[in-house]
Amino acid sequence: MTSKVRNFHEAKWDEPIIFELSEKGQRGILLPEIEKELIEEFGDMENLIPQGMIRGKKPELPEIAQPQVLRHYLRLSQETLGQELNIDIGLGTCTMKYSPKIHEHFVRNAKLSELHPLQNASTAQGILEIMYEFEQIMKEISGMDAFSFQPGGGGQAIYSNASIMKKYHEDNGEGEQRKEIITTLLSHPLNAAAPHTKGFKVINLIPNETGYPSIDDLKAVVSEKTAGIFITNPEDTGIYNPIVKEFVDIIHEAGGLCVYDMADYNGLFGIARAKEAGLDMCHFNLHKAFSSPHGSMGPCCGAQGVSESLAKYLPVPKVDFDGDKYFLDYNMPYSIGKIRKFYGVAAVVLRAYSWVITLGADGLRKVAETSVINNNYLIKRMLSDVKGISVPWGEKDGFRTEQVRFSWEQLTKDTGVTTDDIDRRGTDYGLQCYFQSHHPVIIPEPFTPEPNETYSKQELDEYVAIFKKISEEAYETPELVKNAPHNAPISKIEAEPITDPDDLILTWRVYKKKKKMLQNV
Amino acid sequence: MSENIVYPYIPNSVDEIKNEMMKEIGIESVEELFESIPKHLRINGKLNIPGPILSEIELKRHVENKLRKNISCDEYTSFLGAGCYNHYVPAICDEINGRSEFLTAYCGETYADHGKCQAIFEYTSLIGELLDMDVVGLATYDGGQAANTAIRMTNRITGRKEILVSENISKSLIMQIKEFCDFMTVKYVKYDRNTGNMDLNDLEDKISSETSCVFIENPTYLGSIEDRGMEIGRIAHEYGAVFVVSADPSSLGILETPASYGADVVCGELQPLGMHMGYGSGLGGIIACRNEEKYIMNLPNHYYSLYENDNGELGFARSLNVRTSYQSRENAVEYLGTNVGLWAITAAVYLSLMGPEGMYDLGKNIVYKSNYARKELNGIEGITVLFDECRPFKEFVVNFDKSGRKVEDINELLMKEKVFGGKNLVDEFPQLGQSALYCVTEKTTKEDVDNLVSVLNSIVNN
Repeated sequence: MTSKVRNFHEAKWDEPIIFELSEKGQRGILLPEIEKELIEEFGDMENLIPQGMIRGKKPELPEIAQPQVLRHYLRLSQETLGQELNIDIGLGTCTMKYSPKIHEHFVRNAKLSELHPLQNASTAQGILEIMYEFEQIMKEISGMDAFSFQPGGGGQAIYSNASIMKKYHEDNGEGEQRKEIITTLLSHPLNAAAPHTKGFKVINLIPNETGYPSIDDLKAVVSEKTAGIFITNPEDTGIYNPIVKEFVDIIHEAGGLCVYDMADYNGLFGIARAKEAGLDMCHFNLHKAFSSPHGSMGPCCGAQGVSESLAKYLPVPKVDFDGDKYFLDYNMPYSIGKIRKFYGVAAVVLRAYSWVITLGADGLRKVAETSVINNNYLIKRMLSDVKGISVPWGEKDGFRTEQVRFSWEQLTKDTGVTTDDIDRRGTDYGLQCYFQSHHPVIIPEPFTPEPNETYSKQELDEYVAIFKKISEEAYETPELVKNAPHNAPISKIEAEPITDPDDLILTWRVYKKKKKMLQNV
Repeated sequence: MSENIVYPYIPNSVDEIKNEMMKEIGIESVEELFESIPKHLRINGKLNIPGPILSEIELKRHVENKLRKNISCDEYTSFLGAGCYNHYVPAICDEINGRSEFLTAYCGETYADHGKCQAIFEYTSLIGELLDMDVVGLATYDGGQAANTAIRMTNRITGRKEILVSENISKSLIMQIKEFCDFMTVKYVKYDRNTGNMDLNDLEDKISSETSCVFIENPTYLGSIEDRGMEIGRIAHEYGAVFVVSADPSSLGILETPASYGADVVCGELQPLGMHMGYGSGLGGIIACRNEEKYIMNLPNHYYSLYENDNGELGFARSLNVRTSYQSRENAVEYLGTNVGLWAITAAVYLSLMGPEGMYDLGKNIVYKSNYARKELNGIEGITVLFDECRPFKEFVVNFDKSGRKVEDINELLMKEKVFGGKNLVDEFPQLGQSALYCVTEKTTKEDVDNLVSVLNSIVNN
């Protein structure tokens, strides 16, 4: 069965930097005239500002009329391949699923968008009710006993869990003793970085031929210094660690706590969860499996779930219900404190809530089953149709869950074309770039797609056809792939990545200064 | 399970398609795909959750019935601020952040997401102009996290552990700081009872060679414009400490930049620049620093640097990634996850629309209106404005002690008149008695203020 590979070209507007559009005197928007009584009352603005604090020189922002600002950013949007436009299977570990459009109507409703977080709770009963009900839903989905939606992303949720772990040991008088956490090399890097930011020393377990570490590997590093383990399951490879309960038991026996990263949860709804594996804490990324859009990297929400004995440590305040009214409970003497201002990204909670109640229990299970079917279908088709690709680890040991880490090692050996080249070439066929691997890269020439449940079989077939085509190009005309992209908004940049901070150009003003310097040489 | 349900968001939920795919995989039943998950780790039975609400009509009705219970700041006149602000959001901000392309993109890079990368570069460039600084990181979670990162940067730079902050910092912010910077020590510097600004004598007394940073907010949490930034910066630098300023971006069209009075690291709340409040959903954190290696390499956020290719095209790529936890895991300077990219893009649109004159008019609008409100409220018997020797920007403290009324009760009564009164400060600052923090923005009208004055007058003097 062959699928058509489309003749694609992404929008290429050759759009100037916003500052280049500036024309002195133009205005993009006007503000109300200040009432004349106020001007009469206070006179010049100088009277209202302490001496020396009036800005001497106005900021050198561009001056552009409204249609031109709109056109500029519309053009930039067209030079961006959002999930809604492409078969966004490539960004594995990110669960690039469809975000139902009706949810945008909900979050843009003034009944949410114009709510101030410090309004009296009696005037925010609707959103508090949704947050409270969603906590009950998340408790059932995970088996945990309490949730906080305060963390503003997955990283902040892992950080918040690390914070609880620290406080727990301190309260047990073991804060000084338990300073080490354990994670696996194929868990998301934040499982190492966030606890480290909280002050823990990190021990990384290396996977063996099964794709996960062995019980002996774990036993070798567990000690009375162990504060706990942070583990992603399934890991980035889509391999489910079946001995996770044994891991948990070992850590518990040693007096540590166990934290589950559920960022890769999409294939497990209704099938397996944190509770049965004995975990003490977990987190879900509501902008991944729970459908909230990724928003060009946020805003998002890391839903943080904990077992009963740890609930008292969650960030303050907690949304609660007294049988009559929903309210914010600040009376939490054991809380780790505040992770983020106010109560989290309510809009993301609203979308996730809407998504779950649309589907119900059967629908959630259908999500899991379909994403796993899609993934294993994709693996099967890729391995049979595409030359030079393989799936390292556990190839004979059964199926992957919701994602897979392929390797182009063979193709690179045969052709010199690398995963970077293939990734860029994908854009020529209308694909967002793909996720290769988190660091450290232990699978050579990696490629980690995640074909979640919102992609159709037709789209999966097209996806396979694209990589079949690119593989053929790599074997026949490797330069074509190496010099990609050819149909993107810009062509290939040959420059090496910057390593010297002096070369960094983060602002237009720095670019202009550097240009000027060059002209003066 | 009702096998015949076809889910609109799940195209392969059609049985025929599913069966064809299972055949290709070589399985008879879906269950085979989950064989690697041991039975004892499985959920027993079905999840007990609400739903399904399969039709969009019913879903809309269900959710909107709940939202209807909220009362928004469009319906009532709000004088709430304290970290989230009721500024006007230009229509084009919503138009752009509602675009499918930006709304649903993620971490794609240089080529496929060229437009997004350019918009992010424009965000850092525009913030750079607003702050008059060269190095700006991609926005972080909120203004509080930006302050946290700024403070921990100073520890990495100086190796010291003491943070000096004003006693009138918000309790919420100090809770965030104490949580994230828990290995550091917070020392409070007194504030002047007449202005609310930092007491420089006390600063001189408290600062030492242990001080990692002096952190100020400008305007202060209680609303005053801090006019002695230059001296604070000088004192900080004299002791080898880093000077960190958290600035309100909506003030920077009219107020001097922190860089002009010596700030080394600048942070702030991004939400005023084009984001709806959304019950706190619109928050973001501004972070910028001096153009020096020790600052640049200690900032943990993404840098989208400009590159030029052989065709003269400009492209943008994440750079100096070794700082970040994506590249270096536990060896990164701090953890870094997904933050608020869409708000960075929105803020770029906002600043492009406003331009220098718009930001000037914004500041001017706010400062006249807040001064008017402050003056009018101060004229009510039983009501006193605190720190009356300061110049406010958009917030100020109103005290009700003389009226014998509680802020809590007053705010309840204001709600009956469709007004959200200022933030109750009784728990945060018990020493200020029955006080509330009132906030005025460019959306506030003279009429709103006059109405507030009349309602408060009748509450307090009835």
